[in-house]
Amino acid sequence: MAAFPTSSVGLRVSLHVEIPSDVAYIERVVDLVRHPCAELQFNPHHLALNVPVALSEALSNAILRGNQESATKTVRITADVDVTRLVVEIADQGARFDLDSKTRDATSVENLEREDGRGLFLMRKLMDNVQRFDAPGGGVEGNVIRLTLSRR
Amino acid sequence: MSFSIKKQGEIVVVDVEGQLIVGNRQELKQKVLDELERGEKKFLIDFAQTGYIDSSGLGVLVSLSKKIREQGGELRLANLNDDLRTLFELTKLDTLFQISDTRDRALSSF
Repeated sequence: MAAFPTSSVGLRVSLHVEIPSDVAYIERVVDLVRHPCAELQFNPHHLALNVPVALSEALSNAILRGNQESATKTVRITADVDVTRLVVEIADQGARFDLDSKTRDATSVENLEREDGRGLFLMRKLMDNVQRFDAPGGGVEGNVIRLTLSRR
Repeated sequence: MSFSIKKQGEIVVVDVEGQLIVGNRQELKQKVLDELERGEKKFLIDFAQTGYIDSSGLGVLVSLSKKIREQGGELRLANLNDDLRTLFELTKLDTLFQISDTRDRALSSF
């Protein structure tokens, strides 16, 4: 783990963001989450690649596939960052899905030249852990994707 | 984020400034397809000023590569930084595209 100022030990940043189901908000949310990771001196490659790409994928899935860009649905994002790790949860209001069966091997011969189907694959390659939960509240819709990345 | 297009000899050079993501990929696709429709055959996309690329951005590059090949043209990529190169390696798209370290090398590879 890279050295960090003593004043960072015990520091924990929590963010709560809610956005309309519009992909125009993705870049802004990525910047909001990346900022505290940079403050806590996460690995530069994680800041430039892993965090922005995995988070963009989770957000675009939530907006386009989950909420189907509905004007009446929102995406909620919570992020917790400290000197050990980043945990981000992205919650949509769409139809539930199975993470494993929807993840395609984007590198196989039959998929390599496909235009789509790399999102979940990349998310899982770039994060230490990706989990899907049913959104709380007892309804029949809604997914929460939890992305976890260790600071190292 | 923006895309600028200019001609260098017979080659259409596209600079991607900022991110290439779901929110702007269609703009890049349309700009390149417009040039292809005008009869251009040689394309270079330069990523020297690019931040990150998501799966939609990668998908557009794959789609453009196919369409350009179908018209008898060629698409080359240049100036991927270490992180972008990692992205192409993770997805094995480094095997699908001809990628040069610099714009000059890419231009002279046509």
